[in-house]
Amino acid sequence: MDLSTNYLGFHLKTPLVAAASPMSRDAGAVRAMEDAGIAAVVMYSLFEEQIAQEASAHDHFVEFGAESFAESLTYAPPIEDFPRGPVEYVEHVRRLKESVDIPIIASLNGATPGGWTRYAAELEQAGADAIELNVYLLATDPETTAQQIEQRHLEILAAVKECVRVPVAMKLGAQFTALANFARQLDRHGVDGLVLFNRFYQPDVDLDNLEVTPQLDFSARHELRLPLRWIAVLDPIVEASLAATTGVYDYQDVLKLMMVGADAAMMCAALLTGGPQVATRVLNNMREWMEEHEYESVKQMQGSMNLATCPDPGAFERANYMKALASYV
Amino acid sequence: MPGKKVTIDGNEAAAYVAYLNSEVIAIYPITPSSPMGELADAWAARGMPNLWGTVPSVTEMQSEAGAAAAVHGALQTGALSTTFTASQGLLLMLPNMYKIAGELTPTVFHVSARSIATHALSIFGDHSDVMMARPTGFAQIGSGSVQEVMDLALVAHAATLEGRLPFIHFFDGFRTSHEVAKIEQISADDMRKLIDPKLIAAHRARAMTPERPVLRGSAQNPDVFFQAREACNPFYSSAAAIVQRKMDELAAITGRRYRLFDYVGAPDAEFVLVMMGSGAEVAHETATYLAGLGRKVGLVKVRLYRPFDAEAFVNALPRSVKRVATLDRTKEPGATGEPLYQDVVTALTEHFGAGRNGLRGMPRIIGGRYGLSSKDFTPAMVNAVFDELDKPDPKNHFTVGIDDDVTHTSLPFDPGFSTEDPAAVRAMFFGLGSDGTVGANKNSVKIIGEETDNFAQGYFVYDSKKAGSITVSHLRFGRKPIRSSYLIDKASFVACHNDVFLERFDILRWAQPGATFLLNVQASPEEVWDRLPRQVQKHILDKKIRCYVIDAFKVAGETGMGRRINTIMQTCFFAISGVLPREEAIAKIKDSIKKTYASKGDDVVRQNFAAVDTTLANLFEVPIPRSVTSQFDRPPAVSDAAPEFVRRTLGPMIAGDGDSLPVSQMPCDGTFPTDTARWEKRNIALEIPVWDAGLCIQCNKCALVCPHAAIRANVYEESCLSTAPETFKSEVARGEFKGLRYTIQVAPEDCTGCGLCVEACPAKNKSDASRKAINMAPQPPLRERERVNYEFFLDLPVYDRTRLKANTVKGSQIMLPLFEYSGACAGCGETPYVKLVSQLFGDRAVIANATGCSSIYGGNLPTTPWAKNRDGRGPTWSNSLFEDAAEFGLGFRLAIDKQRRFAVELLIRLRDRLGGEFVDAIIHADQTNEIGIHAQRERIAELNRRLDALETPESFNLRAVADTLLRRSVWSFGGDGWAYDIGFGGLDHVLASGRNLNVLVLDTEVYSNTGGQMSKATPRGAVAKFAEAGREADKKDLGMHAMAYGNVYVTQVAMGANDNHTVKAFVEAESYNGPSLIIAYSHCIAHGINMTLGLDQQKAAVDSGHWLLYRYDPRRAEQGLNPLQLDSKRPSLPLRSYVEKENRYRALITARPERAEQLLARAQEHVRRRYAMYARLAAVQPAAAQPAVAQSAGGGSEERD
Repeated sequence: MDLSTNYLGFHLKTPLVAAASPMSRDAGAVRAMEDAGIAAVVMYSLFEEQIAQEASAHDHFVEFGAESFAESLTYAPPIEDFPRGPVEYVEHVRRLKESVDIPIIASLNGATPGGWTRYAAELEQAGADAIELNVYLLATDPETTAQQIEQRHLEILAAVKECVRVPVAMKLGAQFTALANFARQLDRHGVDGLVLFNRFYQPDVDLDNLEVTPQLDFSARHELRLPLRWIAVLDPIVEASLAATTGVYDYQDVLKLMMVGADAAMMCAALLTGGPQVATRVLNNMREWMEEHEYESVKQMQGSMNLATCPDPGAFERANYMKALASYV
Repeated sequence: MPGKKVTIDGNEAAAYVAYLNSEVIAIYPITPSSPMGELADAWAARGMPNLWGTVPSVTEMQSEAGAAAAVHGALQTGALSTTFTASQGLLLMLPNMYKIAGELTPTVFHVSARSIATHALSIFGDHSDVMMARPTGFAQIGSGSVQEVMDLALVAHAATLEGRLPFIHFFDGFRTSHEVAKIEQISADDMRKLIDPKLIAAHRARAMTPERPVLRGSAQNPDVFFQAREACNPFYSSAAAIVQRKMDELAAITGRRYRLFDYVGAPDAEFVLVMMGSGAEVAHETATYLAGLGRKVGLVKVRLYRPFDAEAFVNALPRSVKRVATLDRTKEPGATGEPLYQDVVTALTEHFGAGRNGLRGMPRIIGGRYGLSSKDFTPAMVNAVFDELDKPDPKNHFTVGIDDDVTHTSLPFDPGFSTEDPAAVRAMFFGLGSDGTVGANKNSVKIIGEETDNFAQGYFVYDSKKAGSITVSHLRFGRKPIRSSYLIDKASFVACHNDVFLERFDILRWAQPGATFLLNVQASPEEVWDRLPRQVQKHILDKKIRCYVIDAFKVAGETGMGRRINTIMQTCFFAISGVLPREEAIAKIKDSIKKTYASKGDDVVRQNFAAVDTTLANLFEVPIPRSVTSQFDRPPAVSDAAPEFVRRTLGPMIAGDGDSLPVSQMPCDGTFPTDTARWEKRNIALEIPVWDAGLCIQCNKCALVCPHAAIRANVYEESCLSTAPETFKSEVARGEFKGLRYTIQVAPEDCTGCGLCVEACPAKNKSDASRKAINMAPQPPLRERERVNYEFFLDLPVYDRTRLKANTVKGSQIMLPLFEYSGACAGCGETPYVKLVSQLFGDRAVIANATGCSSIYGGNLPTTPWAKNRDGRGPTWSNSLFEDAAEFGLGFRLAIDKQRRFAVELLIRLRDRLGGEFVDAIIHADQTNEIGIHAQRERIAELNRRLDALETPESFNLRAVADTLLRRSVWSFGGDGWAYDIGFGGLDHVLASGRNLNVLVLDTEVYSNTGGQMSKATPRGAVAKFAEAGREADKKDLGMHAMAYGNVYVTQVAMGANDNHTVKAFVEAESYNGPSLIIAYSHCIAHGINMTLGLDQQKAAVDSGHWLLYRYDPRRAEQGLNPLQLDSKRPSLPLRSYVEKENRYRALITARPERAEQLLARAQEHVRRRYAMYARLAAVQPAAAQPAVAQSAGGGSEERD
């Protein structure tokens, strides 16, 4: 059974990709994922703020209170070679590349075009096979228009593309007014892949302390339907690879995604909770299902149920809503 | 060949030479020598090799005694070894120094000479420490400038190897150790030319090795000790010649020539000064200047002070000399004169006594003291000494630089006398410690020193306060070498980086006529004039000062620099001071920015460039009217309502004019009144807390956590409000205070604006959760209103202590704080504990305070935060040394217990006359609570009345000790550097004594006061000085050490984690009739945290298990209970969550992630195991009841009433 697929120009032996998660901090865990059948790993995110603030925070704290009192003109030892860039992250990319054969996709998380995008080149130099740009942008400013938001995404993409030769994917939030149009714009600006969707940290309210606390719960299985729909919509209209990141728990989820046109199914929660062996089970079950249903390869089914090819395109669009209501009633 | 030009300070110059010439460096931090050890450690951490290509081993010891012993050991086993120290540190090294010298062991100790604590501690410079080392047998060589430090340090290292005498190389603390100057560096290659490898081999050949075993350090008897002691004489005889030879070798390489005694001035001088250290540079400048005017004056600069080569000294004097004045930077009370004076008298007397000649006659010799504790020593003072020599009967044993109106030793001097180079630029900058002024000025010195042909000098004067501190930078630039080792008092450029200083200091008094004045003020050039006090306007008009203004905060804001105005003010200086042509100056600033910030990225460089350009566009000259128009003037430094001592003595100090105070205004024994900080209104907070009475739940947490006692709670009768100011806030009191009124009041002029109170406030507005019951608001509009409210608040009746629940946060915080408005850092984590002690026990507390942060914010003049209650009672406080606070406190206890026992004996003797029942009531009084203490106070008052009527020797004696019948609360305070390191031996002994002493360890896990050096309290993985790569070992478990005795009350507290636990533990500890040890987690500026969130970090420290809360109460054992109560829950937070919020850990996580992870993993495991161990210990059921107080070998604890 041929489970291989192409994602960002890589030939992946299976469609399963590990989404950005803390598991990638551990080289051993990444090796285990590779052994379990994961075909590529997106690393944990390197945050724009992390790059910009790490050094300036260090400077701030080293200077804070210094040169004020005769006995304690400084409070910290002078670390002259204090790293000014993502040294630890870059080093980790290098380590991972040395320990596995599958593609390692570095993840840059930011919201503004700026100096941080240059770090993509450092990641490429360290051996990253691709860059996933996680544009973490919540449009809370009433002065900012939708067009400006889209423009900012395009600028960030351009800035990074300018620095690197490796493929660049962009992970998007789901809340775009005209996602199809925007995806095509990104496509035309050379994005190599779209990863759908970013699940932003969700705030919660702490009733005891009257504080807002950020929460990130694992996705629920039904949340797969959002990327499922949009991959079906985008598959016929963009050249870029498509990957889904939400709600991928079992083989059925992967099969569905492949059918609507995904090039990769990214797993996160399932791996974090069940360990790398989950991937083996999912892939085994996929094979069984495909054998049972007489499929030869994943490529064969890819895009077979997208907006252009599915038997009932309306089901992906507004009519789907009517149908859902009708069935409810 | 001229060496590379570098711009460094004296400490760096000494450390550079010492490092290159050493293999083993053992150190201990002490101001002002700490930077030498820190530099050595930093260089070693970076792998910088010494002259022989190997990286020296740098080790921090537990005290200077330990450092000297480690050096001694390293020398004995053949290493080239050095150390750095000063003051008390040198005194602690003395015993080993006798040994090192007695064994003829080559080494150099570099000493940034500093005052020894006598009537007071002083961190500043004089020679009283090195003078105490004279008898050790160490040779002594003194440097007077940064260049000399580099040169003579090398001479010392070279000479010690050849002559085998160990050396002290000293230079003046601060004046030279901290002066930044452009000098020539001696390259490693040139240094090697002076260091003979054969001599090193000889040193190693003398080393202890089992291959050639020897016995050294024998015990000798009366038959031979004397002879053996004299056996070293030839080495002392030859030392001077060796030093001179090394000086000559240095001259051959560098062109800089030194002699054992250097003479400068008129060749036919009749009046000659003899001096050493930085003061000799001032005298050099003055003598040359006066000789140029035709006066027959000169100066002998002493280089090699020990061994004192009398012949070389006499030979250095001009034949024409008639009178000699020696100037000593030390004082030896009771001596026939200070050391240099005695040496000179002896040398000349012996010279003439032996019938030798060379001089025209025996000169008359006078000696005097100058410059103690960095008292500025100026050409005017030198001139005064020359004038004195010219008098028919010059004064001997004089002082110069002060007004001694008691014993009339002082020489008058003309402050207007000046030898300054008129062509040089002399600039003074008044900045806030936090605004980067000093850093920018150091950078300016570097730019001009290293990139132009100009000579450059920078010296920086710091504040006695840590919060809102003021810095004054003194910078000189010129075409001629700068010998002016004194503060600028005629500045060609004066910059005021914050306009609030105009209200506090007479800044322009130091401006010379025609000077340039730069003011940072949030006003346009047209508005500025009206904002200047009259005195400032008058200076400007009288001296024809050109004024420029910049709104630096606006420029900083516009260019993304935040509140950092350093680059902006530096640009202004370069643009208008005339130090360099404007275009060239700006180009150099930009070059410097590029170099400084290149590693931080283009964005930062661009941002700073933009700041420079925007600055130039916003720098304006102020149009000056023809007359003084201002309607206001600088207010008096202290209120007219202050006591006379505060007004007359402390007031001038507060106003920066302490130099003008005469001797008669100084206490003769170092005793000062308390309750004085209240008169020093500093107004340093930008924002202060504002109370929302309706929202407040009256928990008093804000008052508890305030480091400066600047937010307070009180309850009072409603009737008190009849005279309340209109804006005074009051609320119906809740809970136990029902029926009364309640107020939280801020001290607007004393608050530092740290925001801890807001963080601690648990009450949030139900309609707007961003608002709490306290919220920060800008201070200026509230200042006057709240000042009046605070005055009213302070006048409210003090609530009856006997009715308060002292062991609760709420109850304790109604008690009057007797520690207020200290100079500690804004947001200090230590002072809330100190204040709590003052509230709970202050009216009967005697405190022994180890040197450190707590002794500085507690006892650094001008004022003290230790206060008195309405009855005039309050904590009485003293600082002895760094290392002895436990023993010092034990001494208090022993004395008090002895006096109390004597009082009881006398009471029994006078029983019939005083009344048996009354005497019994006093002797057996229950003083375990405030009611009992109050009752005993009444009895003692009555006793005193009855004693007054008796008039017998016994009644007289009892009257003197009767106060000890009231239970005294004896405390030793100190930081972790004291308790874990230098004072540990004493602390251990005191805890073992079984005596009733309360020890409060303010544990910041680092030497805070001396600038963040590692202590044994520093946790694994934290970066500190001497642990740049993160501390390898776990923090010492001091509490466990103490618990091992079984009879010590031990507790660990963290106010931010559990405030009620803290209060309860303090009350329990103090009530225990035996030794108590309170180890208090104190967040600190050295942790690299946002100080506003210090309490959150305390909580995280506890939640992660890093800091355990527990109480070990021996009394519980008596009740058949386990004495240990573990008050921490099982850790609920990964250690990472705690440490990653502190830069001391983050720095390592970022710079060396793998090592950080390793250390963190081990630290996490340690936390897990330690909790498990404590949990097991706390769960053990005691086998049988134990007595509460174990008896010590030396006798039991004094009985408690």
